[in-house]
Amino acid sequence: MSPDLLAVLAAAAILMALALYAVTGGADYGGGVWDLFARGPRADRQRQTIEHAIGPIWEANHVWLILAVVLLFVCFPSAYAAIGIALHVPLTLLLVGIVLRGSAFAFRSYGDMGPSGLRAWGRVFAIASLVTPLMLGTIVGAISSGSIRVPPTGTSFWTDYLAPWLAPFPLGVGVFALALFSFLAAVYLMAEARGDDALRADFRRRALVSAVAVALIGGFVLFVLAPRGAPLLAPRLGPSGGGVLFWLVLLAFAGTVVLIVRRSDQAARVFAALVVFEIVLDWGVAQFPALVQPSVDLFRAAAPKRVLELVLIALAAGGVLLLPALIYLFRVFKGARSS
Amino acid sequence: MTDLLAARSQMAMSLAFHIVFAVAGIAMPVLMGLAEGRWLRSRDPVDLELAKRWMRGTAILFAVGAVSGTVLSFELGLLWPRFMELAGPIIGMPFSLEGFAFFLEAIFLGIYIYGWDRVPPRAHWAAGWMVALCGALSGVFVVTANAWMNTPAGFRWQDGRAWEIDPIAAMLNPAAASQCVHMAVAAYVAIGFAVAGIHAHALRRDKTNRFHRRALALSLLMGGVAAIAMPLTGDWSAKVVAKTQPAKLAAMEGQWKTEARAPLRSGGWPDEENEVTRGAIEIPGALSWLAFGDADATVKGLSDFPREDRPPVGIVHAAFQILVACGSALALLSVVSALLAWRRRGLPDSDLFLRIVTWASPLGLIAIEAGWTVTEVGRQPWVITGFLRTKDAVTPMPGLVVPFLLFTLLYLFLAVVVLVLLRRQVFASPTSAELPAEPAAEPSA
Repeated sequence: MSPDLLAVLAAAAILMALALYAVTGGADYGGGVWDLFARGPRADRQRQTIEHAIGPIWEANHVWLILAVVLLFVCFPSAYAAIGIALHVPLTLLLVGIVLRGSAFAFRSYGDMGPSGLRAWGRVFAIASLVTPLMLGTIVGAISSGSIRVPPTGTSFWTDYLAPWLAPFPLGVGVFALALFSFLAAVYLMAEARGDDALRADFRRRALVSAVAVALIGGFVLFVLAPRGAPLLAPRLGPSGGGVLFWLVLLAFAGTVVLIVRRSDQAARVFAALVVFEIVLDWGVAQFPALVQPSVDLFRAAAPKRVLELVLIALAAGGVLLLPALIYLFRVFKGARSS
Repeated sequence: MTDLLAARSQMAMSLAFHIVFAVAGIAMPVLMGLAEGRWLRSRDPVDLELAKRWMRGTAILFAVGAVSGTVLSFELGLLWPRFMELAGPIIGMPFSLEGFAFFLEAIFLGIYIYGWDRVPPRAHWAAGWMVALCGALSGVFVVTANAWMNTPAGFRWQDGRAWEIDPIAAMLNPAAASQCVHMAVAAYVAIGFAVAGIHAHALRRDKTNRFHRRALALSLLMGGVAAIAMPLTGDWSAKVVAKTQPAKLAAMEGQWKTEARAPLRSGGWPDEENEVTRGAIEIPGALSWLAFGDADATVKGLSDFPREDRPPVGIVHAAFQILVACGSALALLSVVSALLAWRRRGLPDSDLFLRIVTWASPLGLIAIEAGWTVTEVGRQPWVITGFLRTKDAVTPMPGLVVPFLLFTLLYLFLAVVVLVLLRRQVFASPTSAELPAEPAAEPSA
């Protein structure tokens, strides 16, 4: 296999891990957001459903992110280094969010605490669930914005370490990620609440409200912020340049909304996952071949051929072990029997 | 505080925090598996209660370990981008494999914690052992990557870069096997005794409590067996260090002069100004013998290394003394426990014994922290021994003291919370009065 093909395959593996992280881990953050906004007479039941849905799987879901990070530093070390340097501040905030979200969830679930402890840690869990996707989206936006300089210019702290992400486009992507994950979680939770029609209706309402938010924020980021904030990415992302992937996203999104309205919870769950998966894919393809816009591309950043070969073999072998276990996990807790 | 020192402090603090939770993730599942296995055979509710209590503690420790491990995978790039740029592809194999091992660990832990009434009992028990196995494997893979920093292999270095990278040779680097075995065994020692100490403390107030007696027996068994093997793995590790990292060995021992029949030093203060170690108890020829199997072998002293290539001697020597003292104490305690248990044909439960086990509770974890201090500080000033200096690997971002303080406060806070919650778990455990009577035909421990 040619080194270029190997590099593309490695980048595709990273993109796949990120897409699966968004589809699974993203919904866990969204669940936390709905914990924060649990309202009305069924607020406690909403929270219980969320905890029940996340509990068995969030730690496994979280590993997709670790896998993506590890693959990035193994296969494209200079991209990892460039991101680590320029985005130190938002990455640190992301990590604080990840630490607090995970710890708070575990404390609340297994800590045997009284009502006030449960409330306090529930709050920490929920707020961290809101901040983390915001930072995650901001980081993705910054990577695509074209304003990261490698190596840093050395002119000022603002230029090198704040300006790349503290700008309308990256922050817009952050808000979009938050809306998208909340939408995804609300759709998943409709299916989790089966057998309780009032609770299903609560989550259906939330799914529709967040669908509107996703459409509005997505449109605003794509058509208003991206052309100036990510000039290299924008022309390849929207209806003109994105091509079939963009229309697939729209199609899946419209399908999800129809299925929500028609109360086909299980099918809506699949379509919502497809929306998120395709958005990440669309972004990855639009980035190609850049890893960090504009200066780090995947062909020049790739590790030597032998390294890529071995990593891809390890991925295939690991996948053979991982997939059956993962399918078993989801069948036990998300299968038809599980409610 | 310079940026370099802040970065090193943040890394040290993050590792020191994470390692406690990481070893819990390796060793706690073994205890859960032992308790649940007993329950499957005996149907004694005490065993089930124990498996579930330990599981709740594990769930908290594992979650904090998972997120603090995530922090580390990012911190490598946030603090040491130049190191990762050079080393990432070389040590990619163990890190990728670790990703899978950790993935499986998280999956099976989810099944274990939430699957009690969803999967068949034997499958549930097997899931517990899968957590234990994958936890151990993921530890081994990470330590392999660390061993490569100590004894780099699998590349040719030219013009400040690595060429002809061979990831398999890098993974099989000279220190990998001894470091991995030493660390894996250490995990079972540290967690075994940490848990034993907690239950010994509870037993002192409620001596006939079957729950705590069972817990103490199982945790002492795991910790004790491992602690007796510990000196052997330590000796192996030290011999590899002697052969591959002479400066580290000299710092561990406070050995300044290059000499044959080098003495083994216990205690003492290395004086870096005058290049001499004062106040140590010396056994002539013992270091030469332990390090090279020959009492007349020559040990290279620190004075023969250029000043800029020497690790900070005081810290490494002191940490090594703590490591050896804690390890020896636990090995001795294990032998004594085994003798007492054999003589009594049961769990030793004199107040003195329980008191000693209680006091020994933190020693294994202290030894792990000290051991990593020896490994990491002893490698300085290098991040890749002989090839890349730590100061050349640090990020150009200024103001690193801020994230250092941020993570320190965050981790201090989490440490306090975890301690409070685990304490509550122990207090919530059943008293003798609440426990069901012993089943008639209980198999012996």
